[in-house]
Amino acid sequence: MAETAATEDRTGQEPLELKITHPLSEMATMFFANHAAVAGLVLLIFIILFTFLGPYIHTTDPFEMVWAPFSPPGEEGFLFGTDYLGRDILAAMMVGGQVSMAIGLAAAVISVVIGVTVGAFAGYYGGVIEEALMRFTEFFQVLPTLLFSMVIVALFGATLLTVTMAIGVVSWTAVARVTRSEFLRIRELEYVAAARSGSARDGYLIFRVILPNALPPIIVQANLMVGSAILFEAALSFLGLSDPNTMSWGQVIGSNRPYILDAGFAVAIPGFAIFFTVLAISLIGDGLNDALNPKLRQR
Amino acid sequence: MGLWSTVAERVGYGLLLLVAVLILNFALISIAPGDIADTIAGDMGGADASVIEEIRTRYGLDQPFYVQLWRYLSRVVQFDLGYSYFYNTPVTTLILEKLPATLLLVFSAQILAVITGTLLGVLAAKKPNGAVSLTVTFLSLFGFAAPVFWTGILLIILFVSIFPLFPVAGMMDVTVEGGFFVKTLDVLHHLVLPMITLASIFLALYSRLARASMLEVLGADYVRTARAKGVPERGVLYKHALRNALGPVVTVAGLQFSAVISGAVVVEAVFSWPGLGTLALQSILARDTPTIMGILFFSSVVVIIFNILTDITLRFIDPRIKSG
Repeated sequence: MAETAATEDRTGQEPLELKITHPLSEMATMFFANHAAVAGLVLLIFIILFTFLGPYIHTTDPFEMVWAPFSPPGEEGFLFGTDYLGRDILAAMMVGGQVSMAIGLAAAVISVVIGVTVGAFAGYYGGVIEEALMRFTEFFQVLPTLLFSMVIVALFGATLLTVTMAIGVVSWTAVARVTRSEFLRIRELEYVAAARSGSARDGYLIFRVILPNALPPIIVQANLMVGSAILFEAALSFLGLSDPNTMSWGQVIGSNRPYILDAGFAVAIPGFAIFFTVLAISLIGDGLNDALNPKLRQR
Repeated sequence: MGLWSTVAERVGYGLLLLVAVLILNFALISIAPGDIADTIAGDMGGADASVIEEIRTRYGLDQPFYVQLWRYLSRVVQFDLGYSYFYNTPVTTLILEKLPATLLLVFSAQILAVITGTLLGVLAAKKPNGAVSLTVTFLSLFGFAAPVFWTGILLIILFVSIFPLFPVAGMMDVTVEGGFFVKTLDVLHHLVLPMITLASIFLALYSRLARASMLEVLGADYVRTARAKGVPERGVLYKHALRNALGPVVTVAGLQFSAVISGAVVVEAVFSWPGLGTLALQSILARDTPTIMGILFFSSVVVIIFNILTDITLRFIDPRIKSG
């Protein structure tokens, strides 16, 4: 950054050559310097291609019985074997992954929208509004999230929409806390005071002035939210609280669970799929953290 | 502020939170499609409109919203959470029967995770680039990414089918004969796998936290002073540094109780552990709304009590904390 160059200059050492790079390209450089994050990114791209393009190559219907139940992986031409109904697990992994990732992403979007709104208003206005909103957040932290979402799904029926909403509605508290602390810090900075003295309205200050500058830690948190929402959906489907008309990774594990002692692979394989997806996402999260918070890196 | 007034303040605030939980419970039941009358009529195999009306009148469902809410709240104050039509038992009795099993699981897993996590963190902080440190990094990635039910199932495959060391499910073996001691051992034997599974999620978090706060504390002046005056390294680590590094771990562990209960629901399902989670799942499948809502309420009570206990514990660990 030009700024860094200037500071180095002031120290009176040898004058540095001014090299101005675009902030985005600098972030990319920092991200790619983190090898684990790059590995995570490659892994995630592979999983996305596998689940979304895979069904065009491997066209077996995941709901159709194709062979005897519990055919072990690699035998009879089934890479991942067959499940308790004799359905192809490879096809189930592809189609199930689409649902798992879509729900994870949508639920994370919901929780980020709620969390950012609550956190932004609390941090910007302070006082009574902040007190009330943070008490509201604490209230949601007291309810065990999984039980709460189980209750929502039980009361409103298990459909893709209710499951997604149930996950999003219970898991926004961490985003709200991060957003609030960023807003508390940024609202005191000079450029905010400058914008305010230019008689900018609250809405403009919150969403156009402060929020863009508060984004880095929110993005890191949002990325982790996708991972935990995927885990959350898996737990709900494992417990049998998912849309019975769709297939997801967690649901494959849940439906094959009674047979773990005979056919552990039918449970282990979808577990690995979830594990590697969430692992990839959290590795990317570490990389994003490095790229977006260069100050932390220098420690 | 003294200890007792802080506790009193926390308890008062906790009670307010509980009222909020009850109002949320009630609001959810009211918004949800279908009511008790529909459920009862459904169990009877259908009923005509006049019978359903009669049931509604009997249970006060024809009253205005605020009257119903007030009745609900005043019943709960008398520990009456309603009646389970599925189990034919009052909900409170049902929950109090299952609560000890869940508390045993949650508490033992938390203790295991906090102790092992802190020890790993301390050992990792001793050598920031050593093998233990690497293990902590690996554990923290695994702990976040592995679905808890999957960890449990893998442990079952490993320790039940490959090396038959532990029982696969339940909390006690009905065939075990003997006195209190033998039965306790049997319960502990059943507890091992569920406890390890549940602890695995949080072990990672605590060890990373302990490592970070130990590294920070080890750089502090008073640690240098302790070393300079000749305190042995073991004393520096475990007496001077650990006491100060423990604060963040206990704080976070206290905040995690609601997450631990969520985790326990899944772990109970994997190991058929007869606690609140299993009860919740059964009552959801049976559409037993009063029991489900009662469990949500009771688990919030447990979380609030644990939060207050954490506050008190923190004051013993770090006497500088005077009030919240």
